[in-house]
Amino acid sequence: MQVVDRKSFDKLLDALQAKGFELIGPVVRDGAIVYDHIESASELPAGWTDRQAPGTYRLIKGNHAALFGYSVGPHSWKKFLLPPTQRLWRSSRSGQDFKIAVEAEKAPRYAFIGVRACELQAISVQDTVFLAGPFTEPIYQSRREEAFIVAVNCNEPGGNCFCVSMKAGPKVAGPFDLALTEVLQGDDHYFVVEAGSEKGRAVLADVPHRPAGTTETQISEKLAKQAAAKMGRTLDATHIKELLYRNLEHPRWDDVAQRCLSCTNCTLVCPTCFCTTVEDVTDLSGEHAERWRRWDSCFTMDFSYIHGGYIRPTVKARYRQWMTHKLASWIDQFGTSGCVGCGRCITWCPVGIDITTEAKAIGADGIPASPVIE
Amino acid sequence: MKNSIAGPMQPVPYRIQGFERETHDTFTLELKADDKVSQLLFSPGQFNMLYVFGAGEIPISISSDPAYPESIKHTTRVVGKVTKAMHALKPGHTIGVRGPFGSSWPLELGRGKDVVVIAGGIGLAPLRPALFDLLAHRQRYHRIILLYGTRTPRDILFNRDFKRWRSYSDLNVYITVDRAIGAWQGNVGVVIKLIPRAPFDPSNAIALICGPEVMMRFSIEALRQRGIGSENIFVSMERNMKCGLGLCGHCQYGPYFICKDGPVFRYDRIESIFNKVEV
Amino acid sequence: MKTLKAPLREHPFFQDLSDLHLETIAGCGRNIQFAAGETIFQEGQEADYFYVIRHGRVALDIHGSHRGAITIETVEAGEIIGWSWLVPPYRWRFSARAVVKTRAIALDGRCLRGKCEQDYQLGYELFKRFAHVFSERLDHTILQLLDIYCEAPIKKAKR
Repeated sequence: MQVVDRKSFDKLLDALQAKGFELIGPVVRDGAIVYDHIESASELPAGWTDRQAPGTYRLIKGNHAALFGYSVGPHSWKKFLLPPTQRLWRSSRSGQDFKIAVEAEKAPRYAFIGVRACELQAISVQDTVFLAGPFTEPIYQSRREEAFIVAVNCNEPGGNCFCVSMKAGPKVAGPFDLALTEVLQGDDHYFVVEAGSEKGRAVLADVPHRPAGTTETQISEKLAKQAAAKMGRTLDATHIKELLYRNLEHPRWDDVAQRCLSCTNCTLVCPTCFCTTVEDVTDLSGEHAERWRRWDSCFTMDFSYIHGGYIRPTVKARYRQWMTHKLASWIDQFGTSGCVGCGRCITWCPVGIDITTEAKAIGADGIPASPVIE
Repeated sequence: MKNSIAGPMQPVPYRIQGFERETHDTFTLELKADDKVSQLLFSPGQFNMLYVFGAGEIPISISSDPAYPESIKHTTRVVGKVTKAMHALKPGHTIGVRGPFGSSWPLELGRGKDVVVIAGGIGLAPLRPALFDLLAHRQRYHRIILLYGTRTPRDILFNRDFKRWRSYSDLNVYITVDRAIGAWQGNVGVVIKLIPRAPFDPSNAIALICGPEVMMRFSIEALRQRGIGSENIFVSMERNMKCGLGLCGHCQYGPYFICKDGPVFRYDRIESIFNKVEV
Repeated sequence: MKTLKAPLREHPFFQDLSDLHLETIAGCGRNIQFAAGETIFQEGQEADYFYVIRHGRVALDIHGSHRGAITIETVEAGEIIGWSWLVPPYRWRFSARAVVKTRAIALDGRCLRGKCEQDYQLGYELFKRFAHVFSERLDHTILQLLDIYCEAPIKKAKR
């Protein structure tokens, strides 16, 4: 463990830029902390924190100087790894033939500044989706390989957080390049830094640092324990798969369907949701076509359309699909839960639907005895 | 680092070699690979994503003989924008192909057993390659029974194949229509009706079913009533697909991706969700 | 008649029926044959028989005025046709025609009704079997009505 003083922190960002990384970090914009390109540490949300509750997000200016005193906002890092809109290829027709022009992209080299444990877990989850299947996603793969991760341990979890229940935090668990714990003690302001890779060590070497003393290490450990005890909510994830698989006809689904607007906010803000759709478009001449991919959501009617109709015409079925996928089917598909307990879906739901409350309600009568899907 | 960003989302151009009108709304496209690259090797039950320039891309079952991959066929109904555009294509036109994708009919599990093939409507298309394969290795199987139901006699697909199949003494073919037209002397009634008396031994048989979900549901019930176990019944499922690669999420069916875990499923594996509404 | 008991015993409809009941039923029956194209009964006629098909194929037709005869279903060996003799006014609601040479056992409806009135147990056994046939026929008819092979595609919803 090393220590980097606050006044040397800016040099960390400089060192990254010197190595050719584009910095992506948190900034205050439109009443929220979002992720965007930054040039220096002065753009970071120093002194800002947030208060989150179901359907509620408020930015609050505190009187401290912490750079990372907030918890997660509406953005996640997935927008930089799999862009919301992407042209896949272009094609032009001549007579009866058409040719497809292969596009190549020099993958951007992003340095993500301030990746929380839940977000790191979410990136791991998406790695399994996009890189571990029979087909890999080329754009995600190349951006992922280039990405430099500066993770940050949460000291102040948000009101909707339940990463402890999902075993996804609050302490960062690999793989990261650098992991920081921000410490403010009286007049002292420093970061306890752990290098998690050769890339990380190489960058740290260009930043003034000193080995962490026992006190400093103890303080960072204490902060991690305190954070774990401050979770906003809990979700009992033991046997959640069986619980949901065997409760596809639970009356609670009707209940949540009365409230859910099918607005797709939850899927947009969720750091693991990965569904996309494809659009084939032409220009007015009809001779040039393009294929675009963009983010999609299982909450739309079109999502399940096949000739003859919609598989999930009701909001009930679509909400059930999302939640069952996130907490249950995902485990069978990818070996982990799809949920990292970041609470974004709870914060950004316009009617404040809380996935932990729904899970509790469905689990209230226990797990019915009946065979599960293999 | 330079990378082709489309990767497996990029179609390969194939030339349309043949266009055959099967019925008033169903047609077959025969394709030949345009470059030296690929004969399209596939297994019965698999599908390709077919791209019509400017219109879009959809999954279509491969309906030809897997022993002749130099030209492959796809049979489909006109049901929407892309199939309508596909229907307007002619021999010589180019079409984009990605695939083959998906799981296939497990014919090896039928060795030494009766194989019951039950097809409804366009569901015969992904089963035809299985029939070709079964017949090409006839000695491996005990009885082979084909039960085919469709709307009217005018909707019967693959008439040339049926003519040949009915002439084989070692293949039991039963066709039925929901509605008789004109001089039809054959069976009238749903294809499920043919199951109770079809000549197979339920203790030593596998069944391959493809057709509308309601038809598959009733067929399974009739097969179970005769004593065929759920582990010996195989169905082909269909859902919205955008990529065919297991990456877009659209084709999910319970925990399964129809594009990579299906479309062919062993029935006992999906039994708990098959009869649930809107899964 | 012992010559009818054996073929009745083989027929799926009479499975598990007691020997005594089978004999009683056989007493109402006789073997019958129809040539290809021959009419078995006509819509509107008095429903007098219950046919147990042993071999061949029978088409059930309804006369649709200007549309002529419409075949609503075909029935094969191992199936039965005709239960209008069970329900007043005991008249055929459709016609039946042998499509190919067909062999059947014709069971006299009036005779069977009489036997059932005398032996309720026999009546119950027959009705249990008929209930099964009705239920299956209803399922099949529903599927035919659904026109499952030709679902017209629903227009895609506007977002």
